[in-house]
Amino acid sequence: MTLLRVDGISKSFQGLRAVDEVSFEVAEGSILGVIGPNGAGKTTIFNLIAGALRPDSGRVHLAGREITGHTPHQVTAAGMTRTFQLMRPFYSMTVLENVTIAVLAGGGAKRTARTAAAELIDRVGLGRWRDAPTEGLPTAALKRLELARAVASKPRVLLLDEVLAGLVPAERAPVMELLEQLRTDDGVTLVFVEHIMAAVMRLSDSVLVLDLGRVLTTGAPEEVTRDPRVIEAYLGEDPHAHA
Amino acid sequence: MTATSAPPAPETAAGRPLPRLPWNRHLIAIAVLAVLLVPLPLILPPAQASVAVRVLIFALMSIGWNMMSGFGGMFSFGHAAYFGIGAYASAWLLVEHRVSPWIGILAGMVVAAAFAALIGFLALRYKLRGAYFALATFAFAEMLRLWATNSDFVNRAVGYHVPLRPEASWWWLQFEPSSPNYFWVALALTVVALVVSVLYLRSRAGQFTKAARDDEDAAAAVGIPVMRYKLLTMALSAAITAVAGAFYVQYFLFIDPDLAFGSSVSIQAILPAVIGGVATVWGPVIGAVVMGPLNDVTATMLRNPPAGLEFLQGRSGLDVIVYGTLLIIIVLVLPKGIYGTIRQRWFRR
Amino acid sequence: MTSPADQGHVAAAGDVATLDPDEARAPAGRAVPWRRIAVITALIVVAVVLAYVRSGSGVVVVQAVATGVLIGGVYGLIAMGLTLIFGVLDIVNFAHGSFLALALFLTFGLAQAGLHPYLALAVSVPAMFLLGVLVQRGILAGAMGKPLENQLLITLGISLIIENALLLFFGANPRSVPLPGDRGVPIFEAVANLSRILAFVGALLLAGLLYLLLQRTRLGTAIRAVAANDTGAQLVGIDTRVIYAVTFALGTACAGAAGTLVAPLVTIEPTTGALFNIVAFVVVVLGGMGNVVGALVGGLVIGLAEQLGGIYLPGQSPLLSVFIVFVLVLFLRPQGLFGRSA
Ligand SMILES: Nc1ncnc2c1ncn2[C@@H]1O[C@H](COP(=O)(O)OP(=O)(O)OP(=O)(O)O)[C@@H](O)[C@H]1O
Ligand SMILES: [Mg+2]
Repeated sequence: MTLLRVDGISKSFQGLRAVDEVSFEVAEGSILGVIGPNGAGKTTIFNLIAGALRPDSGRVHLAGREITGHTPHQVTAAGMTRTFQLMRPFYSMTVLENVTIAVLAGGGAKRTARTAAAELIDRVGLGRWRDAPTEGLPTAALKRLELARAVASKPRVLLLDEVLAGLVPAERAPVMELLEQLRTDDGVTLVFVEHIMAAVMRLSDSVLVLDLGRVLTTGAPEEVTRDPRVIEAYLGEDPHAHA
Repeated sequence: MTATSAPPAPETAAGRPLPRLPWNRHLIAIAVLAVLLVPLPLILPPAQASVAVRVLIFALMSIGWNMMSGFGGMFSFGHAAYFGIGAYASAWLLVEHRVSPWIGILAGMVVAAAFAALIGFLALRYKLRGAYFALATFAFAEMLRLWATNSDFVNRAVGYHVPLRPEASWWWLQFEPSSPNYFWVALALTVVALVVSVLYLRSRAGQFTKAARDDEDAAAAVGIPVMRYKLLTMALSAAITAVAGAFYVQYFLFIDPDLAFGSSVSIQAILPAVIGGVATVWGPVIGAVVMGPLNDVTATMLRNPPAGLEFLQGRSGLDVIVYGTLLIIIVLVLPKGIYGTIRQRWFRR
Repeated sequence: MTSPADQGHVAAAGDVATLDPDEARAPAGRAVPWRRIAVITALIVVAVVLAYVRSGSGVVVVQAVATGVLIGGVYGLIAMGLTLIFGVLDIVNFAHGSFLALALFLTFGLAQAGLHPYLALAVSVPAMFLLGVLVQRGILAGAMGKPLENQLLITLGISLIIENALLLFFGANPRSVPLPGDRGVPIFEAVANLSRILAFVGALLLAGLLYLLLQRTRLGTAIRAVAANDTGAQLVGIDTRVIYAVTFALGTACAGAAGTLVAPLVTIEPTTGALFNIVAFVVVVLGGMGNVVGALVGGLVIGLAEQLGGIYLPGQSPLLSVFIVFVLVLFLRPQGLFGRSA
């Protein structure tokens, strides 16, 4: 069953067509990897479907209901949560407080919210930073905080914007495991933007390749990375370079 | 993008107890303080007792301001609007319609909250931020002042005198000028305001408000309807400051447009919190304790100026000069305020 | 991997500075925005006609327009100083009006001593410039780059100190500075005092001088460079600390000059400065925060709005209509009539 459907969304910034007639579908329980060179429009697509920006045209459906033009909190309430590429913690709070708020916002009971948050924090491997203020946390920890906070709102669809960026390879494996778990144990559908090709190859059921705001191609990970157009779009940059 | 140098070794906190929340400590401290302060007006000489009442009025105004501007992160430069609405609503009901000040206080709270929600809605709807937001709040307070100054509806520039009653009365909130009841009422109102602000901060709404202050987009992304909680915070903040205005009228028995809506009133709402510590529970109270007596000290000084400055006798303005100087020094030297700095030094955060 | 622009920061997309598609196409300040000037002119004409309909008297309207334009020029000069400070130092200077008040009292004192009020300019302008340097270096420099609220509070503190020091030393009783040889000058059917006309002319001259200074001198170029991008300016060898101090001082000097020019027109009280301060804020927002030419035009518009508002809302303070315009502009065109630019 299609859980997220995007039909021809476009967005221009002062004449620059950042997203141009992009369409794709994501089946429930699947993982879609989104790749493309810097500036391809990946983050903008997230902003459009998560309600942070209003598309100039096109529509977004979540579980059969149209959510085009909904505000971000309405989109989250409808079951789709995003993370931010540049981490956006609640800076005056500790890691635990950050995640607790997300649990509460997701409708969690007040009495159990902190315990639930603490469990989630352990699960993403943030345990030893649990009571630390977010100011001054290393990038790796902030990335995982983004993830924990997004998962805390119990989404059906999770939009992840480069959650592996900034992690050393040893730190990536547990996060990738967690993402797989989220799909298998929690039934979460994932759309993730990633430059690290190893992760894209390992996790994705299918891959969407963007270039200059347009969909270049889409398909299974192996097919897509063999596509000469994809290699061209990376301008000679080997798409496997990060792996 | 540098990776952390720390090895990803013990990553779990399972079994470690959750940190304790500060709310109960705050509530206990409020209760203890309230009990300790009850006998104060019986001990202090009358002149000092009136300083104590002034301190409480400052605290009340600033607790309200701090809720919106400190915890809510929406810097208000126009809390005179809410103070004045509280003052005028209760005075108008009392003088024109013979309605008890208690009901007047409630009415003032409701009107102020509604007005704040309206301004807040416009300001948020049109995405006013930073300087623009501060200027808009300032403009609304000034508009109320100008309107009150020129409207027969509220007696123009003359304002209202609260009619004196032949005998003391709780229902009409009027006692002998030296009665300790004034202090007790002000104390009760301030304690209620403090408790309300602690309960609010502890609540879902308060937590969401703080999240929205830290990062509006991130708050929305976890599903918080940011606008709703910001408006709620503004309304609550305005209602608390309105109580201060309504009580002010009953205590000083007089109000006019400048005393109610003047920009110096907005400043009086800001100062205690800034001196004590913005976005802390105790900041406004501590700031008010610093500010209240200053007023008295400068007044005494101007009544009997030191040698060489005799020409200052009977002049006014010294108190505000001291406030202004204090404000600058605090912002430059202790930007977290007295309590905020102490809390940072002595406790972990 | 991550591009330098904070793309997660979608709020920036709704930012007031980038809202207007016109500004995006024609980079600020280059082309003359004819269309917008036409719209504003049309709005003013409509406002004047409505005022005529409302009052039914041509004389009243002509008088209002004349008074409005004349005082509007002075508002423009004051606001130019304020907007310059905002554009370069990013400070909303709440003390601007109190510098004006200081100049008023200075002019009063000099006039008492027998000096012609306009000659007081030779004292008030350098004095306010110097005070501006001292205040910026001594107080504000310590808060550069801090949150906006800090600077707001500091300038507020400065204004409290100045205003109340005046109250303390001079008392609250109103004073005036009569202009020798002041008389009514007929303009069509209306009459304007010579002092008012001279204030207008003087303000325009000084505004023109300031404009030339900004556009034609090395100092002006440096100021505009710092306004556009202070780190960039620092890289090409501009000492931003000097520029900050000089700019702030230029701003306060504008307030000082305006104070002397209006001394013969107003009742001189410690609180007079606060009134001008409020109006200057409105003008600055209307003209686009940081936009010096916008401030001058905004001044004229607000001068008119104040006077015509007196016709629309008889019995209310003219300031009320100024605030109504203010709030409308804040909500409907927060970037001001001409957008932000220095
Ligand atoms: N708010 C905005 N205003 C103007 N231009 C924008 C805005 N957001 C994005 N852009 C532009 O749109 C284009 C697409 O940006 P986007 O952030 O979507 O790229 P991306 O694929 O996420 O890149 P990266 O891999 O670097 O994260 C870029 O040229 C960017 O500069
Ligand atoms: Mg991106």
